[in-house]
Amino acid sequence: MSPQLNAVSTVSLDAIDRFPSRMGRVFIVGETEIAVFRTSEDEVYAVENLNPHPKGGPLAEAIVSGHYIYDPLYDWKIDLKTGLVQEPDSGQVRTFRTEIADEQVILFTK
Amino acid sequence: MTNAKEKLVVIGNGMAGINTLEQILKLTDRFDITVFGSEPHPNYNRIMLSYVLEGSKTIDDIVINDWNWYKENGIALHTGQTVTNIDTANKTVVTDGGMTASYDKLLIATGSNSLMLPIPGSEREGVVGFRDIADCDQMLEAAKQYKTAAVIGGGLLGLEAAKGLVGLGMDVTVVHLMNDLMERQLDTQASAMLQTELERQGIKFAMGKSTAEMQGDHRVRKLVFTDGEELDAEFVVMAVGIRPNKQIGEVSGIQTNRGILVDDFMRTSAPDVYAVGECAEHRGICYGLVAPLFEQGNILAKHICGVETAGYEGSITSTKLKISGVDVFSAGEFIEGPRHTVIAAKDEWKRTYKKVLLDQGKIVGAVLFGDVTESASLQKYVREGTEMTDEIYGDLMGTGGHCGGKSKTAAVEKMADDEIVCGCKGVTKKVIVDAINEKGLTTVDEIKACTGATGSCGGCKPVVEQILSFVLGDGFKKTAKTGICACTPLSRQEIVASIKEKGLRTTKEVMHVLEWHNPEGCSKCRPAVNYYLGVIYPGEHKDEKESRFVNERMNANIQKDGTYTVVPRMYGGVTTPEDLKKIADVSVKYNVKAVKVTGGQRLDLIGVQKEDLPKVWEELDMPSGYAYAKSLRTVKTCVGSQYCRFGTQDSMAVGAMLERKFERLDFPAKFKLAVNGCPRNCAESCTKDIGIVGNDGGWEIFIGGNGGIKARLADSLCKVKTDEELTDTVAAVMQYYRETGNYLERTSEWVERIGLEDIYKKTVEDVEYRRTLIDSIEHALTFVEDPWKQVLNDKKMRSELFETAKPAVTQA
Repeated sequence: MSPQLNAVSTVSLDAIDRFPSRMGRVFIVGETEIAVFRTSEDEVYAVENLNPHPKGGPLAEAIVSGHYIYDPLYDWKIDLKTGLVQEPDSGQVRTFRTEIADEQVILFTK
Repeated sequence: MTNAKEKLVVIGNGMAGINTLEQILKLTDRFDITVFGSEPHPNYNRIMLSYVLEGSKTIDDIVINDWNWYKENGIALHTGQTVTNIDTANKTVVTDGGMTASYDKLLIATGSNSLMLPIPGSEREGVVGFRDIADCDQMLEAAKQYKTAAVIGGGLLGLEAAKGLVGLGMDVTVVHLMNDLMERQLDTQASAMLQTELERQGIKFAMGKSTAEMQGDHRVRKLVFTDGEELDAEFVVMAVGIRPNKQIGEVSGIQTNRGILVDDFMRTSAPDVYAVGECAEHRGICYGLVAPLFEQGNILAKHICGVETAGYEGSITSTKLKISGVDVFSAGEFIEGPRHTVIAAKDEWKRTYKKVLLDQGKIVGAVLFGDVTESASLQKYVREGTEMTDEIYGDLMGTGGHCGGKSKTAAVEKMADDEIVCGCKGVTKKVIVDAINEKGLTTVDEIKACTGATGSCGGCKPVVEQILSFVLGDGFKKTAKTGICACTPLSRQEIVASIKEKGLRTTKEVMHVLEWHNPEGCSKCRPAVNYYLGVIYPGEHKDEKESRFVNERMNANIQKDGTYTVVPRMYGGVTTPEDLKKIADVSVKYNVKAVKVTGGQRLDLIGVQKEDLPKVWEELDMPSGYAYAKSLRTVKTCVGSQYCRFGTQDSMAVGAMLERKFERLDFPAKFKLAVNGCPRNCAESCTKDIGIVGNDGGWEIFIGGNGGIKARLADSLCKVKTDEELTDTVAAVMQYYRETGNYLERTSEWVERIGLEDIYKKTVEDVEYRRTLIDSIEHALTFVEDPWKQVLNDKKMRSELFETAKPAVTQA
């Protein structure tokens, strides 16, 4: 974990309309790669762009369904709200709080 | 009274010991538990080592209880510690690392070791067993350095090891003393079919051979058989059997024979000392399979916790081979003797074999090869010695007229609640039944998600289906109609019909109107529905990038580290020095990790960073090869009449022409072509979706070939005289497949499902239908566009999908 991310800070990522619906975008904040997904309800979720599968890999290219994603490499189903991998697989990915203010997506780093 | 907990010590950190612990923990928390294990790993699924070898699973994947599990359950785990002595009088154990522990109850679960034959020379380097992760690592290592391998032993384990090594690229010969493979589980017929199938998969056999010596230097180099013949082998796996690991019993004065002797409650001769699993000998039998281990553990757990239970009466074992594409099953008595009545059916076309043995009218044993759907019922019948009836006969042998299924669910009905259904995950019938009832599950997929059953080798799927149908009764038939995934009960046909009838236009609309359980679908149905919409409305359907699987969304193949591969088109496998130069320059500039010549006659640039993809495409300035897509991939060609002295047709030119014509179109699954200039078939038409073979008077067209997971030789569809007829027939077959194929269904499966006769009728015989197919595909072809160019021309898509932004951080 990068030192910058230990303190609470905010990052203005981009305008909401620059996030394609039901797809992920990648941001580097500090030294952490973050995958940001916009759902069909126009909610925005951010998780670390690191597959919880033991073999690792990215998450941003996942298929988004509601507030769940199906990871692009191993097809694990992950809840974007909690970061929890759904049964029968298990694991958790780190999540980040986001907010939409003035059409801008804001990320909280802790 | 003291409230100190009773001390339970377990020797052996494998499936038997830990499964028993799990059972105990479900019943009581009164024990203070300590586990000693020789291996440096937490408990893993030994049965699945062959998957690790094959590469489909990692070591982490097969761990059943990870380190946290021990922690969470307050279990003291000491790995790398082998218990060397039990003092049964003072109730203590001591390990080779000098640790001691006292116990109130002791559980021996030391399993078994590979039986290593004392063949002269077998002490040389390169000779291993196949039993644990260390053996598996050695095999993976050996495959990188050596070419030839021998597996001694043609039993279950030996064959799985051999298949694994073949998969790793080694030249493998199985050496077997007997003339039949798996002779302890199969009869001669099934064994011969198994050998033929495995030979097809690349394993060689030396049958009826006994190894006299292993020769070499510091390392083994060859085997010498007793008949004087020799076999080169730089790596030898000894898989002749297992030997119960009873040593700890012997040195501690506990009664042993082949294994550690136990009674029906798994008690050994020493007080409060139990043995379970492969190290134990019960009524003269040492088991080497997983099911008895769960059954024993279950009874032992109840007994140790003071829960009333019937004693263990032994198991009727059944066997399943874990090699993809090879299904064998056997149970009970399967070698016929004079007292048996034999029911047998052999089908050499479908490569299936079925045999059931009766003794005085009762079912006592069975062997299945190729089709094992009846395995669950048979296992049950054999265990219970069920009387053969007309109804059961009809179900088993496929001649029953009236609604099968019934007796199968009856078999499940009689199954005991705590019987293990899924051996890989140790899931009992009760767990499955409860999950169905409490969570309202209606499909096998849901049961898998909830309990893990069927999730590993999948062998128990028929039983799980039967339990589901038993629990849900009539409700099952309504809800469990196999939909395309767990989100809907609708089939492809029903979905496609509704899309057309109701004029549905987007995946969202389809899922909403057709009442999907999961409103936005899953990774299986979203891409499928997007595909169906594309075929129904060519040119009108706006392709949904968000419903595409990563590779088709990014137009490149993702690798496990998140980099991608790039394969440019090389029409008909023919390139130019200029293109090669460009490929070389781009590869150097973008630091690709490997340039691979693919099986489809083109070049694969491996290890391109995601953000470099558009730049690589731009600089290559070549069309996408669609190596990532469910679309036309390669058209493999031989040299043909332009240069080859045998060539009768210009295969390179015709191959390139077909590739240019049909590229970029979406198919249900990937699609491969081959064009050959003569019947020598150098470009291997027999394993392609469409294989074309030239002859003096024209072309012969083959369809439905596959060289992948389930190999299938292509069927001859028809012969044509001109190139124009050839193109038309290819077009008609492609379109018929596009319209009727299930998403992800390869032509090899499609041909079997639809039938060659029907395909012939629609694409060759019925001229009018053929014309509509050709017109439809021509129409669809007018809308295709190169996907790499599309990204390069769409700045928004390019930045959203491929670029990584680095916004500034502000301290709050």
